[in-house]
Amino acid sequence: MLKINNLHASVEGTEILRGVNLEVKPGEIHAIMGPNGSGKSTLSSVIAGREDYEITQGNIQFEKEDLMDLGPDERAQKGIFLSFQYPVEIPGVTVTNFLKTSINELRKARGEEPLPANKLLKKMREKMSLLDMDKSFLSRSLNEGFSGGEKKRNEIFQMAMLEPKLGILDETDSGLDIDALRVVAKGVNTLRTKDNAIILITHYQRLLDHIEPDYVHVLSQGKIVKSGNKDLALELEEHGYDWLKEPAV
Amino acid sequence: MEALKDKLESSFIVFENELNGHAQTPVHQKRRAAMQRFEDMGFPTKRDEEWKYTSLKPILKHDYRLFPNDEHTVDFSQIKKYFLNDVDSYKLVFVDGVYSSWLSETTHERFDVCTFSSMLNKFGDVANEYFGQALPEYEALSSLNTAFAREGAFIRIKKSQAADKPIQVLFFTTEHGQEVMTQPRNLILLEENAEATITERHQSLSDKPVLTNSATEIFVQRHARLHYHKIQNDNGQASLIDNTSIRQLSHSSVTLGTYSFGNRFIRNNLNLFLDEEHCESHLDGITIGDGQQLIDHHTLVDHKVPNCYSNELYKGIYDDKAHGVFNGKVMVHPHAQKTNAFQQNNNVLLTDKASVDTKPQLEIYADDVACSHGCTIGQLDDQALFYLMTRGIARREAQALLLYAFANDGLRNVKLPELRKKLNRMIAKKLNVNLDFEL
Repeated sequence: MLKINNLHASVEGTEILRGVNLEVKPGEIHAIMGPNGSGKSTLSSVIAGREDYEITQGNIQFEKEDLMDLGPDERAQKGIFLSFQYPVEIPGVTVTNFLKTSINELRKARGEEPLPANKLLKKMREKMSLLDMDKSFLSRSLNEGFSGGEKKRNEIFQMAMLEPKLGILDETDSGLDIDALRVVAKGVNTLRTKDNAIILITHYQRLLDHIEPDYVHVLSQGKIVKSGNKDLALELEEHGYDWLKEPAV
Repeated sequence: MEALKDKLESSFIVFENELNGHAQTPVHQKRRAAMQRFEDMGFPTKRDEEWKYTSLKPILKHDYRLFPNDEHTVDFSQIKKYFLNDVDSYKLVFVDGVYSSWLSETTHERFDVCTFSSMLNKFGDVANEYFGQALPEYEALSSLNTAFAREGAFIRIKKSQAADKPIQVLFFTTEHGQEVMTQPRNLILLEENAEATITERHQSLSDKPVLTNSATEIFVQRHARLHYHKIQNDNGQASLIDNTSIRQLSHSSVTLGTYSFGNRFIRNNLNLFLDEEHCESHLDGITIGDGQQLIDHHTLVDHKVPNCYSNELYKGIYDDKAHGVFNGKVMVHPHAQKTNAFQQNNNVLLTDKASVDTKPQLEIYADDVACSHGCTIGQLDDQALFYLMTRGIARREAQALLLYAFANDGLRNVKLPELRKKLNRMIAKKLNVNLDFEL
């Protein structure tokens, strides 16, 4: 589904990704872990198409198509979703109106008719109950005055509504208490199918107690330095990241 | 500029001659004094402190026709779109400065919604008491308007009455094969504990340059409540100079919104005089300029007495080569303790060629007050744009959503749903997007 080959990316002349290779297949969950400043968030932004980064080498393919020339909106239309670490507040635009715009833009790109209002509402109610969200959410301005936990929940809610093929969760666990973390994890687990894939970007292992990854990768200094199964996350939890930085013997 | 001034001076003589027996009335004495002031001051130039960002030269060079008296009729179908149609309302409609009774809907029943000229004829006491009492004499352009004051809206809401419907005041200018200048004059009086919602709009139906030098005096007496909305969305040949002065008495409240999207040139001179204690005033504005538009807001909030509250919020978006000005003066006089005065002006520039001059000007001579001001000039937030685009929303729509989000609190005091809807549509149209939902 997603294939990243020798990806180098820099911002304002500073190279942040230095040759990332990653392949994600349908049905898989990948966790990307790593210390602060290792390039985790850059990687997620680059996959989603943020234009501030310059790709100096390598490429990203999604369903065998090169993503390099596509804008973030076009990538979303192909089925890529990024859950933000810091979602942006949009006063004056309600969650409902925002989702309606978003869903219908995606449908338009696929040549489908806009979703009728009653169906949209029904779907929103379903997904909200999955995430233990109050229906008053829908009439609030997008992310405005939301608590940290509400923002993250709203991101997962959007993912549930947009049904992407590939969901990238950038530090969704940070700032969440254990109850909120469980709700988010439950949501992600329910959305998991054999056809879609998820990349979890996280600093800590605790999210992985609730969402079991198929693969764990460690990103350090812009490169994936180690890959393994979920046991690798436990190892990192115990020993920290420092042991990875030592030169291989 | 001089040519137009000469023309105005000789027109004034013609105007006086037409008055016959009315030339000796107190009202006309005020006109004559105002003309003298205008002759002395002349049109403002960039040398005037209040005009240093804005030149009148380009709009005063035209050979304006001053009193187009070949009567033009306008069909309602032609101008319907400029009205709020989905709400029952009183209407005062003027075409080329002349009252149009067949397009208007007036009343004298419990309060007066009629014309300035009929006020002069019927209510001489009102004219003597209020005419020329709000606009400051140091303003050349409102003095010019005063000199020629004869037609416009007169609205008087009597004691403890609330206007049961919103009142729409519209001024149209039609095609005369040449440039036209009009000078509408409005007088609005809310007596004690009265309430009204009023919208004002100037619209040119001509593709020739049109200059409107409008003046409005508003008196809001004790415990009265006024909701006033200026819709400035004229065509690209139209220039508007809007002189509005408001006097408020104790426990009154005023919300005044200025929504500027159209016109080639707009200058608002908005003065708010708080004459008695416990007044509350909100001045809001949304400005969206593009092309070569120049939109200039000069406001004055004059806190003369203690215990008043004023709050000013102006939002500006400038694209292409548009130029904006915000000059917000707040005076807090020595005795005006416990004043609460807030002012904010936030701007977004979408291109390198767009510009804005913003100048908060607080003069505070009392020591026990809460005053704040802030102005910002920025660009669209890339991170926010990226966020919206990752949800499948194309750049232009994403940009419009963000701009709307930025500007929309300028609509916070628009309580009339039909007006809110209309303004939202104007904003969407101006931002050139077609969103799936009503903003």
